[in-house]
Amino acid sequence: MSERTHMNIVIVGHVDHGKSTVIGRLLADTGSLPEGRLESVREACRKNSKPFEYAFLLDALKDEQAQGITIDTARCFFKSDTRDYIIIDAPGHIEFLKNMISGASRAEAALLVIDAHEGVRENSKRHGHMVSMLGVRQVTVLVNKMDLAGYREADFEAIKAEYTDYLRQIDVEPVSFIPVSAREGDNIADASEHMPWYSGPTVLEQLDRFSSGGQLHEKPFRFPVQDIYKFTQSGDDRRIVAGTVSAGQVLIGEEVLFLPSGKRSVIESIESFNTLPKESATVGEATGFTLSTQIYIRPGELMVRPSDPQPEVGTRFRANIFWVGRVPMSMEKEYKLKLGTARATVKLVGIVSTLDASDLKYSRTKQQLDNRDVGECILETTRPIAFDLASQSETTGRFVIVDNYEIAGGGIVLENLSGGESILERHIRERESHWETGVVLNCDRERANRHRSKFIVITGRPGIGKRALARELESMLFRNRCSTYYLGMAAIEHGLDADLRLHENNVEERLRRIGELARIMTDAGLIFITAVDDADDYDIDALKLLNAPNEILVVNVGRSDFHRTRPDLHLDAVEDIAETIGLVADLLMTKEIIVDYQI
Amino acid sequence: MNHLDRLEAQSVYILREAYREFKSLCMLWSIGKDSTVLLWLARKAFFGHVPIPLVHIDTHYKIPEMIEYRDRIALDWNLNMIYGENRAALDAKQTFPDGNVDRIACCRHLKSEALKRTLSGEWPRYRMNHSLKRYVPDEKNEPYTGVIVGVRADEEGSRSKERYFSPRDSGNSWDVGDQPPEFWNQFKTDFAPGTHVRIHPLLDWTELNIWEYIERENIPIVPLYFNQGEGIRYRSLGCGPCTNPIESESRTIEEIIEELRNGSLANVAERSGRAQDKEDGGGLETLRRDGYM
Ligand SMILES: Nc1nc2c(ncn2[C@@H]2O[C@H](COP(=O)(O)OP(=O)(O)O)[C@@H](O)[C@H]2O)c(=O)[nH]1
Repeated sequence: MSERTHMNIVIVGHVDHGKSTVIGRLLADTGSLPEGRLESVREACRKNSKPFEYAFLLDALKDEQAQGITIDTARCFFKSDTRDYIIIDAPGHIEFLKNMISGASRAEAALLVIDAHEGVRENSKRHGHMVSMLGVRQVTVLVNKMDLAGYREADFEAIKAEYTDYLRQIDVEPVSFIPVSAREGDNIADASEHMPWYSGPTVLEQLDRFSSGGQLHEKPFRFPVQDIYKFTQSGDDRRIVAGTVSAGQVLIGEEVLFLPSGKRSVIESIESFNTLPKESATVGEATGFTLSTQIYIRPGELMVRPSDPQPEVGTRFRANIFWVGRVPMSMEKEYKLKLGTARATVKLVGIVSTLDASDLKYSRTKQQLDNRDVGECILETTRPIAFDLASQSETTGRFVIVDNYEIAGGGIVLENLSGGESILERHIRERESHWETGVVLNCDRERANRHRSKFIVITGRPGIGKRALARELESMLFRNRCSTYYLGMAAIEHGLDADLRLHENNVEERLRRIGELARIMTDAGLIFITAVDDADDYDIDALKLLNAPNEILVVNVGRSDFHRTRPDLHLDAVEDIAETIGLVADLLMTKEIIVDYQI
Repeated sequence: MNHLDRLEAQSVYILREAYREFKSLCMLWSIGKDSTVLLWLARKAFFGHVPIPLVHIDTHYKIPEMIEYRDRIALDWNLNMIYGENRAALDAKQTFPDGNVDRIACCRHLKSEALKRTLSGEWPRYRMNHSLKRYVPDEKNEPYTGVIVGVRADEEGSRSKERYFSPRDSGNSWDVGDQPPEFWNQFKTDFAPGTHVRIHPLLDWTELNIWEYIERENIPIVPLYFNQGEGIRYRSLGCGPCTNPIESESRTIEEIIEELRNGSLANVAERSGRAQDKEDGGGLETLRRDGYM
């Protein structure tokens, strides 16, 4: 029994082309209906002198409920000899697009239903497009109601030719076309007697032939880090990097690389609860690792093997986006991007072309993505993320876009375009070109102050003593007649940043504001001091850029997230505050920021 | 990976997403087999630990074995165990066993209302003190905005349209029609401040999967699920007065699995022993809108 596999499939099609009938048939002909269900629905039809419909099996939801039955218009369960299927019914109406997406995006294969009598309709095309857009690779087309077409091969072939042609335009190659009559049961679970000219599989046979999972374990190893756990309070010292392997495999003892931070370590152990010890972790497993060295990594990084083909790292990429937001996606706004386990702030910086999923209108001139548009776009994140091209590795090549708390779009990555000017660089260039100075120049102030201006950033973990150090430093510099100012975080949290909601992904905006403030304060000739928790390379890069053309000095206390940033001063801890201040002051003298000092 | 491995991995992923994204999170534990599997999955997700408080709504009409079992497991597994209740309704005897209200109203008082007020922190919560080995009033009363629940899509129609992360509006009710899309494995985890979210890691499991998993993992469950020699057992657990055992000879997990696969239960709905479901056609949907699981 445990050998049985399990598969999600989605069924789509134009309204009335016979989707529900196909599902009803599959349930009935595979014996997956609760006992007596078929008979009772037939009976009910006879009583009301209505013709029996297989689709009624699904419609009966409400009265089924009291008996707690499993059938639903959203998903049904049925079994073949080898597999358990969940068939997800994606409603044909455009209003249900969101439901359809939820269903289709989790499916491993799709059945597209076309009415032989009516032929290929706009909806059939649209559905084909969406299924391909959502990355469902295995598609079978059911040409239904063959009974109405006299079971003629020519009718079937005509539809097959027309639809194949269309699907080719959107890069979809269907696995098969099957002529069926759902109502009569032809080629659903049993081969048809009416179509001796057809020798291919029945729908059920085709389903069992769909491959499940693919050869994903042979692909390059990809492990999006979901979280880092340490349950010290429960007396557990393991520091576990947790997540789900999205492709490939890794073994204990293998070297791993974290991106985008670039940190490296070695797999020390594979952790699990209530299993035999594990030597390897393979695609699909929700697992955890301990590492042989203490490195600081964050949720959202991508763990890979340095020996594998590498993922892309960058801030700019070309993608197909499927927009379902009520509000259009615009170029002005910042959005949240979720890719793998990474979250980033993202902007739409260009639209190559769009296709309206409701009328299939194509455009090369639109400046925004409207609801139901599929757009080929250029996106840019404010800091680098690691990703794959969707054609290479599915899970890490797909993303969603969150607008105002809602998932408003989904997309697949087509190409890495990083390397050009970043959003921040462009911002700084524009800001500087418009910067307005007074008559008094920075050099005048420095001469009058008898010290140079500087932005001093103190970094380190929360609670390590950064704040105390920053305040003492300000006090010492002030006593030495320097123009100096310490900016406490609490001051801006409830002031300048009061519009930014707490607990939100506003870290980047908070940082930007500190950087902008620093630019002003250093321009005013001050030694401007602030403390930033858990800063990493990108934070420092951003602060440097924002403070440019003025200068920055980084003092780090304790463990840091830095990989390439070299702090101007590194302290293991702040033990003796006076002594520490002395060290900082000496550095300021060496750097010719101040000429002398007294503690 | 077989089908149980896949289901397990998906549930673990969702539990970890919930833990990562929600500041104020709890998990409902009804003591039944589903939420016990959920609890086990949390131990899988967090490597033997359960860093999420477990909330049980005590109607005080639960079958006594359930409560004994709850407290034993809570102590053994070092759980952050909390219970809540509708003290006022119990004191005023506004219950079905007291003969003053019908079954649905009783559920509404002792479960829906108690659950709502316990989650919101308006009514007292009692927390297991592991050194005293008994419950003490809990000082913390912050509302839980993320609630992990063990519902399955195959239980009945109204549950099949759920999402893994389903927002309830501030009245805790539920709009079946307007649910967020779920692209791939990216779930809606962003919510406006104050939104209440139900998280359903077991959505894709069936009753059979649950038993197969209990068997594979050797998860301790309440003995009420087994025939103790009288030819009856519980298939679904609730309050004593409203839950009837079914006729069954199954004494072991293996026998239950056989009974579900090929035996007398192969096509019979799971909650058929629950009386309140029968009082009105959409009974469960009504209760669900009220927040009852
Ligand atoms: N003649 C014929 N009618 C069919 C067949 N399949 C479905 N129908 C009819 O087409 C109509 C729409 O079918 P239904 O399954 O509800 O379509 P859906 O909207 O795609 O779910 C119903 O009246 C069915 O009886 C078929 O194979 N042959």
